[in-house]
Amino acid sequence: MPRISGVDIPADKPIWVSLTYLFGVGRTNSRAILKELNIDPQRRAKELSEDELAKIIGILDRSYPVEGALRRSIQQNIARLRDIGSYRGLRHRRSLPVRGQRTRSNARTRKGPRKTVAGKKGVKELGK
Amino acid sequence: MSRSAKKGPYVDEKLFRKVSKLNENRAKQPIRTWARACTITPEFVGHTFEVHNGNKFLRVFVQEDMVGHKLGEFSPTRTFRGHSGRKAATPGAA
Repeated sequence: MPRISGVDIPADKPIWVSLTYLFGVGRTNSRAILKELNIDPQRRAKELSEDELAKIIGILDRSYPVEGALRRSIQQNIARLRDIGSYRGLRHRRSLPVRGQRTRSNARTRKGPRKTVAGKKGVKELGK
Repeated sequence: MSRSAKKGPYVDEKLFRKVSKLNENRAKQPIRTWARACTITPEFVGHTFEVHNGNKFLRVFVQEDMVGHKLGEFSPTRTFRGHSGRKAATPGAA
C-alpha cells in the first residue's frame, strides 16, 4: 500500500480514485495531477513504480494544499473572520449558518440536533 | 451572486474622499457614515468609522485584515437576546 502525504494509504483502487482519499484532492484535482504526469488514471495504485509515486508526491507538495496544511489554512481563515469581528465571524462563533440562509426552519447541519422547547406551538402534535 | 470583477469593488465615493483628506492631513478622526455597503480599501486602515446599524453608530476601527470586507459587516443590525425560558444567551454588542 503506497503512502502519500503522511498517513494516507490508498488501496487496490484505480489510482485516480485512490488519490481522492486525500483531504483536499477530489476528482478534478486527481485527474488534473495524473494528466500532468501522463499516468493512466485507470492503473491500480499498487502497479505504480516508486518513481511515479515520487512524482505524484512532488506535485502535491508543490502545488496542492493537502491534509494538515489545508485544514490549518481553513481554520486560520475562520479565525481571521472571528478576530476582526465581522458578521461572518460572529456566525461562526454562534455556529449558525454563515451565508445568509434562513434559520427559522432547517439549518440543522450548523445548529445540531433539535432542542425541543416545551409549550411551543406544534410540540403537542409531535407527542401524539 | 458576487459583484462583477469588471466594475471593481464598490467604494462609496464621498466616504473615500473624506478618508483621502484625512490621510493627506495625517489626521485621525472618526467618520460617521451610513455607507455600510462600502468596501474597505487599504487607505481605510487605521481609521475609525462610526457605521450606522439602523439604530445607532457603532465604532469600527479598521485593521489590515478587514480590507476587502464591507463596513456593514462590522456593525451588526440585530440583537439576539435569547429565547424565553432558556438561560439568556450573551446579549449582542449593540
